[in-house]
Amino acid sequence: MGGVGRHLGFWIGAAAFVALAFAMALTVRNEYAFFAGFVVLQFIVLATAWNILGGYAGYVNFGTSAFFGIGVYTAVFLLKAVAAPLWIQIGVAALVGAALGLGVGLLTLRLRGIFFSIATVAITIIAETLITNWKFVGGATGVQLLRPPVTEPFDSYIKMLFVIAAVMVVIAVALARYVQNSGLGRGLRAIRDDEIAAECSGVPTLNLKLVACALSGALMCAAGAPSAMYLQFADPVSAFNLNYSVSALAMSLIGGTSHWIGPVLGAILLATTQQLLTVTISSEVNVLVLGVMLVLFVVAAPEGIIGLARRLWRWARRRTS
Amino acid sequence: MALRLAVSAVDARYGAVRALNGASIEVNAGETVVLLGTNGNGKSTLMKCLMGVVRPVSGTIALEIDGQTHDLTRLATEEIVGLGVALVPEGRRLFPKLTVEENLMLGAYRKSARARIGENLAFAYEAFPVLIERRRQLAGTMSGGQQQMLAIARALMTSPRLLLIDEPSVGLSPLLVAQTISKIEELKQKFGLTVLMAEQNFHQAVRIADRGYIIVHGEIAFEGRTVAELQSNEIVKQLYLGGDRH
Repeated sequence: MGGVGRHLGFWIGAAAFVALAFAMALTVRNEYAFFAGFVVLQFIVLATAWNILGGYAGYVNFGTSAFFGIGVYTAVFLLKAVAAPLWIQIGVAALVGAALGLGVGLLTLRLRGIFFSIATVAITIIAETLITNWKFVGGATGVQLLRPPVTEPFDSYIKMLFVIAAVMVVIAVALARYVQNSGLGRGLRAIRDDEIAAECSGVPTLNLKLVACALSGALMCAAGAPSAMYLQFADPVSAFNLNYSVSALAMSLIGGTSHWIGPVLGAILLATTQQLLTVTISSEVNVLVLGVMLVLFVVAAPEGIIGLARRLWRWARRRTS
Repeated sequence: MALRLAVSAVDARYGAVRALNGASIEVNAGETVVLLGTNGNGKSTLMKCLMGVVRPVSGTIALEIDGQTHDLTRLATEEIVGLGVALVPEGRRLFPKLTVEENLMLGAYRKSARARIGENLAFAYEAFPVLIERRRQLAGTMSGGQQQMLAIARALMTSPRLLLIDEPSVGLSPLLVAQTISKIEELKQKFGLTVLMAEQNFHQAVRIADRGYIIVHGEIAFEGRTVAELQSNEIVKQLYLGGDRH
């Protein structure tokens, strides 16, 4: 496959995806499809964001919920303080996320491997405690939010959120794909393989990790921002729920971390299953399914869906030749 | 070509363990200097101090290049690489899940090296023809000898002037050790390098060395100004040449 053809293919696919989401929003009546679809799209963004640092560079991050929650509360704050429109909430959340990613990165990225992972767990706890004690955004009891009137041509707010989430998916995936194919991605993979060797080869490891952490944080916060308007309510316990950290990680691992498509597939598979189970059985089963799937994949397909597909492909080729 | 590395009175520790104890060595332009010592005497620690991976608790490391003196204890590893110092680490430390060519490209990550990436890649393949056949292969799937070649080639991609080689003989068969050592000499001549090599294999190392140091328990126990001086030294006789028998 040629380089130009690949780029063209990707962008045609991305445009078709957004167009499809838009067409659905204008034609499909049943609002539940959009409620469920929004969550799936949101998790694609989160898993893709997680994979930039966690997958490419191998820095396992448990702080996804912190970034997501800060994204939610950036939106809440902007709405309450200046009644900012949704796109400003998302944009500012991305900037806050990037700054936070940089700050957190400076504090934690000198730690390696498991020590970094443990440090990221603390971030969620700190962020949640701060928000719980901040009265202006509702404190521990949370805050009710009123949706502004919906913008044309949409006939309901949730459909608009769904299309916005689809656009965010395209931005997140395009960014992850760019990182993967650039020198940045090559440097991050070297860090994952052997950080000291990377350093000795002149790879500016700390800088690359900081850039990856900032990008990842920006996408995670941006993913959180529309969630406030989605629920019309925000409280610290659900905004900083550890479930976001575990899901983003599990989706990436299940999909496969070596390629941008991995987290996308993992998120679609897991989030869709979870949404179906929530309706048919109960929302508590969700977490169980996540755990069982993670165990199954770690045992049977440690390189995720991508690894599994590659093995099947090789096997099929050997059969035919 | 003015280049001079002066390490003086360097102390390094891992927690409470003293790895280097007032070590001083000197390397001048165009020389091949060998650092001899058995396992656990501080050879690798000294190499890591030179690269800024391990920070000495005291002492100075000065690199003089074209009249400018740089204090390596204050520079980040990538800046040290940028000055023209490259390390072939012990045990090779390749990126096993990346291809041979990706490994080489990572050697040229620095902006200053990126300008000459095509030229350096051509040199690397010319010096190690086996690598061009295997450029799409994952580095971790090659034999030990080929991996050592790749590790050296990767270091050359940074356009180094001072090449540090930490135990090139580890894990290689005697024939491959001899080949690797000869290759280092060949590359040194070709690229006009200055070489500091840590080795346990005395006989192979002195084949290409101009002079050397013997390091014991983190201290420089002996400085041999010529290979002959090294060969007649008592510690060397004891450690390498079975000297206690006569």
